[in-house]
Amino acid sequence: MTETASAPTETTESVEEFAARARAWLAENMPSIDPINPPEHDRGEEAPWLRARELQTKLYEGGFAGICFPKEYGGLGLPIAYQKAFDNESRCYELPIILNTPTFTICAATILDTGSEEQKHQHISAVLRGDEVLVQLLSEPSGGSDLAGVITRADRKGDRWVINGAKTWSTSAFAADYGLMLARTDWDVPKHEGLTMFLVPIDSPGITLRRIKQVNGSVEFCEEFFDNLELGDDAVVGEVNGGWQVASRQLYHERRAVGGGSEFASGIGAEGKSDVPIDYVALLQATGQADSERAREIAGRALVHRAVREQLIDHVYHGVLDGSLPPAAGSIIRVTHADTHHLEFDSVLALSASSGVVDVGDGLIRYGERYLSRQTAALGGGTTEIARNIIGERVLGFPREYAADRGVPFNQVKRNKS
Amino acid sequence: MTEAASPERLLFASTTQSFLEKEASLGRLRELHGAGTAFEADWWRRAAELGWTSLLVPEELGGGSVSGDGVADLALVAELAGKTVAPGPLHPVSTVLAGLVEAPENHEDTIESLVSGEVVGSWAVYEPGRPWAPLDAAVTATPTGSGFRIDGVKDRVEAGAESAVLLVVARSGGVVRQFLVPTNASGVRVEPQRSIDMVKTYARVRFDGVEVDGSAAVGSAEQTSDTIARQSQIAMILQCAEIVGILETVLDFTIQWGFDRHSFGRPLGSYQALKHKYADLKIWFEACRATTNCAVAEVASRSPAAEMAASIAKSYVGEHAPGMLQDCTQLHGGIGVTWEHDLHLFLRRVTLYRSMFGTPEEHNLHVYALTEQLESVS
Repeated sequence: MTETASAPTETTESVEEFAARARAWLAENMPSIDPINPPEHDRGEEAPWLRARELQTKLYEGGFAGICFPKEYGGLGLPIAYQKAFDNESRCYELPIILNTPTFTICAATILDTGSEEQKHQHISAVLRGDEVLVQLLSEPSGGSDLAGVITRADRKGDRWVINGAKTWSTSAFAADYGLMLARTDWDVPKHEGLTMFLVPIDSPGITLRRIKQVNGSVEFCEEFFDNLELGDDAVVGEVNGGWQVASRQLYHERRAVGGGSEFASGIGAEGKSDVPIDYVALLQATGQADSERAREIAGRALVHRAVREQLIDHVYHGVLDGSLPPAAGSIIRVTHADTHHLEFDSVLALSASSGVVDVGDGLIRYGERYLSRQTAALGGGTTEIARNIIGERVLGFPREYAADRGVPFNQVKRNKS
Repeated sequence: MTEAASPERLLFASTTQSFLEKEASLGRLRELHGAGTAFEADWWRRAAELGWTSLLVPEELGGGSVSGDGVADLALVAELAGKTVAPGPLHPVSTVLAGLVEAPENHEDTIESLVSGEVVGSWAVYEPGRPWAPLDAAVTATPTGSGFRIDGVKDRVEAGAESAVLLVVARSGGVVRQFLVPTNASGVRVEPQRSIDMVKTYARVRFDGVEVDGSAAVGSAEQTSDTIARQSQIAMILQCAEIVGILETVLDFTIQWGFDRHSFGRPLGSYQALKHKYADLKIWFEACRATTNCAVAEVASRSPAAEMAASIAKSYVGEHAPGMLQDCTQLHGGIGVTWEHDLHLFLRRVTLYRSMFGTPEEHNLHVYALTEQLESVS
């Protein structure tokens, strides 16, 4: 299996020329924004998704969609330097940022690695045209980290598959067209060997969708219930009972995407005001601490860690590309993402002091509210505990954790007490 | 190893590495420590012959670098030196040369003798009782008829007792200037200061009415603060690069220990609590390497972002490296706190560098101030 899904093609246009062309095109065609105060793209609402599709169609028609996706599926087939140049040029324009993850960076990237030619031609070009939004249907209410232990079942009935079970933590499934859904197709073999990945049309009869409300009030995540959902063989991604290989690619792409290290993401702006990097200088001025050495040191440290996180993403990306780091090193980015968020959320809670917890009219209570959801950065996209296992085992080579279900037919594995 | 793409660079790296392995081993470090010697002058001359001192110096002044990127080559030497916490005045000599090449007029001979390794020089920048504040000098240089009279006290001057010449930061007529002062000049008194490192020594240097020629001044008053900034950046990236070399070595043998050492019939690295500790060490190590590479590249290209990048790297590496060494000590168990084990040799150097040329806390303040400046102009 290839480690980098995109094979750069030859181009005669230099990065600088490409950037210049993008600059001119963006100015002519895309709505400009203030990157400090970007439009809200609440993933829990319908409108931002319609808007994102519209903007993606514009990009596609302008010839700037899928910069690192292969040409034969509708992309440009260029190296990451071109994507970075485009990101740099597009900072002050409205882009369909919410399509990046999971649609481009995880789902389309995985279809590119493991899908059939038909699936690649159909879905990769559809997402690049702005016609499709994709979602992951992986986690289940019965457990998060132990992904290979899923119990949603796909049973063979004639030439059809019949799906029953439940999935959870799928981001914005209500707005999606298709989902990559992992189900158990063989219960008599060990857990990794009896799984199959399906590409499921979200509006199929047999799917019931429910919103999950999070601590911060967000309703972007969904839960799906499957009652005798029927699928054909064309819905299978990869091999029947080869679903773990497909899921592994998803996890690989997810770890890179969550840390910000995917070449398939386009545009680097914030998804809304709450996603804008904290402006410590403005915060210290607003709270009368501009001359406080204590406050300046706390803020300076957070700025250092923020900068090093960006430097590390680039270092790991190129390290994996040139082979000096194994692909599992993506988990280094994943942990650093969480650690840096923690440091920033903790720093801003300290700096906003009591204004962060009582609304005195200066808006700083948003930092207290943000703090309440701090752990989402260490949970979403796989916990940091699992990521540290991966670094310990697959980067450093230490022995695997003991697993009671290893090599045991899944129908004999102990499960949650009900 | 840092980027070492070109064949010339690889050859330079391997020559440097085999010299260090043979002539600057950890055993040798302990011998020097036992003898109370910082480094041997002849050893340093041979290191200079390998090209270590010529990297920041243009060819017309007798220098040159194999790859054309002397700053990156120098960082590579520092990184390799870190693998055995090598002795020697690489940092002070490089820092002085970084200053002199900005204004070589009248100083060609000093540059030549520093490049040849015949002479050691050091930067006298710190002052007693003061934190890292390179532009804030209390030492004075008073104009006389023929030159300047220097008065005051510097301290924490690396290899001060081994140096024949010092580049002294002093206040002259309300502005900060730098002067080359021979340590055998009348009125100069050098008093050794010990450090927590095995071999690195420092010195307090008193200047009591020291008379120097007008030609002792290095560069104009206008360019001095930029020159001092450049020297500071060189000092900081050398520290960071050497620490990266140290961390790589220590992590390598500590990870190996995690495979080899067994408790309760299992290798240490199979315990999740320790596995996670190892994972953090790996994460911080790659981050130290990433930020050091960035700082080296920005300083090498004299980018406007160099000052920020050097402070970011110095803060991050300084914040993490000593704690990482302590974690490695913990992973080794009791053997890690013995004199016989080599861990403390590395811990000493890393801890020394954490606090010299700006603590992480001081660099955090600097990064904040630079951010504030950037925001006010934008």
